[in-house]
Amino acid sequence: MPFWRRVRSGLSGGTLTALLGVAPFVAFAILFLILPTLGLVVQAFIGADGGFTLQNIVDLSQPQIVSSFSISLRISAASAAIGAVVGLIIALAIIRGKLPESIRSTVMTFSGVASNFAGIPLAFAFLSTLGRLGLVTVILKTVFGIDLYRSGFNLLSFWGLTITYLYFQIPLMVLIIAPAIDGLKKEWGEAAATLGATPYQFWRYIGLPVLWPNLLGTLSLLFANAFGAIATAYALTGSSLNIVPILLYAQIRGDVLQNPGLGAALALGMIVITALANVIYLVIRARAERWLK
Amino acid sequence: MTRGKPWAWVVFGLAALYFLLPLIATVDFSLRIRRGTYSLDAYLNVLADPRFQQTFSYSIFIGLTTILVGIFIVLPAAYYVRLRLPQLRPLVEFVTLLPLIIPAIILVFGYIRLYSSSSWLPLLGWQVGGQYIGGPILLTFAYVALGLPYMYRAIDTGLRTIDVQTLTEAATILGANQLTILAQVILPNIVVAVLSGAFLTLAIVIGEFTIASLLNQQVFGVYMQNVGANRAFEPAALAVISFVITWGAMGMIQLLARFAPKTARKE
Repeated sequence: MPFWRRVRSGLSGGTLTALLGVAPFVAFAILFLILPTLGLVVQAFIGADGGFTLQNIVDLSQPQIVSSFSISLRISAASAAIGAVVGLIIALAIIRGKLPESIRSTVMTFSGVASNFAGIPLAFAFLSTLGRLGLVTVILKTVFGIDLYRSGFNLLSFWGLTITYLYFQIPLMVLIIAPAIDGLKKEWGEAAATLGATPYQFWRYIGLPVLWPNLLGTLSLLFANAFGAIATAYALTGSSLNIVPILLYAQIRGDVLQNPGLGAALALGMIVITALANVIYLVIRARAERWLK
Repeated sequence: MTRGKPWAWVVFGLAALYFLLPLIATVDFSLRIRRGTYSLDAYLNVLADPRFQQTFSYSIFIGLTTILVGIFIVLPAAYYVRLRLPQLRPLVEFVTLLPLIIPAIILVFGYIRLYSSSSWLPLLGWQVGGQYIGGPILLTFAYVALGLPYMYRAIDTGLRTIDVQTLTEAATILGANQLTILAQVILPNIVVAVLSGAFLTLAIVIGEFTIASLLNQQVFGVYMQNVGANRAFEPAALAVISFVITWGAMGMIQLLARFAPKTARKE
């Protein structure tokens, strides 16, 4: 029957059509994701004379670059660690602390928005809050007599940037860890209690070990998230804080390192660090999901 | 009814303080442009600024173009991977995660290095006085890359909730060609999912700074940064406007989720 043959050929024979349908995606991925990144990786190993060299990688050891990596790593680590701990506590409070359902859904919706509220506006919000004329700074000074800036605090510093980054790090943690906490079955707690376990023992021997892979994985995701961020820091501090993305921004703008190959090596350093952190996240998440089915 | 444990309320209160204070402070600051009294002058200044109108409408335009191009690239790929090329799924999913792994500043650096030296791919940008200017087309593709993880997830989730196989068979029996099936059968069935991907893309793109700035494109994010460097109260007004937009886009997604079909086909 020709009619049925047409239906069947339309379903099984049209591999060519299918490949044509996937073609735009593949072309896009090659031209705008893979080639540009690979290009930078290759250029990191090409010297001024056009030949292969490791000199660019070696040159990463100059003081300005080393210090930028050090500051970036510390800010990313601090904001990831604090964000993960605080996010975990908030998620535990809304789920295990039995707060009303309306609060839980409000927190989750707000987390969805706040985790996307990065960039320039976030910097403005924190300038209005903890800047020299910010609301909290002024209230602390006039009402409580505490002068934040005289006691050494500065928004345009390591801790200032970390506090600002927490505004999107904590909600991201809440969003990712909440489903995992939901996966802790009620029966486990009841079984442990029946056997005489205290709440501390439950968390020490059951709760935390089950959540552990998820915690570690999310920690590396938060780390990568902070490490690649630039807009907030740039709007907040201009180029006064020497972190890797801001150094790279200046390099792209005006070749401040006076060596295009070194710029590519700097980019390679960033790619290696964020890729590593993300791979850790993906691998751990795949393992963690087995537990929480 | 659960009342909640006391420690949980304390945690919630402290968290609310940290997350609400900056919002309150920003609104407060944006209203203080006149000494001793609240006024909306900062907002009026911003809204009346022709540069605001230009950059904002340009960002909206780029955002909408990004969504259309994103759908054109993602929908056929997700559809055929689901229907005929399941062996490609791990690869496609990995590619859609790349924009989350590679920071935006690396992507744009790669574009500038790759497309400024030679004009082997036309229309993406041009040299002006020795400086590379990425055009709107390159900016759009860059934003498609930024939105790719979200657009793919949204569309793939949408496809999972409908019976792609049966719909395709039925449409083929009725004589529809592949293009008709995609545009008139599949797309209308997953329009809610596509829209939620679209709003998320818009929320990300509308205030983007890094890529646009390095491609020398005058978008809303770049305008915000300029205002931030030169004015005191207007940046707070811009932050409020931008938060309202993000909130609006995310609110639309929540709203759309209520209309999404709940019955998932078992696979």
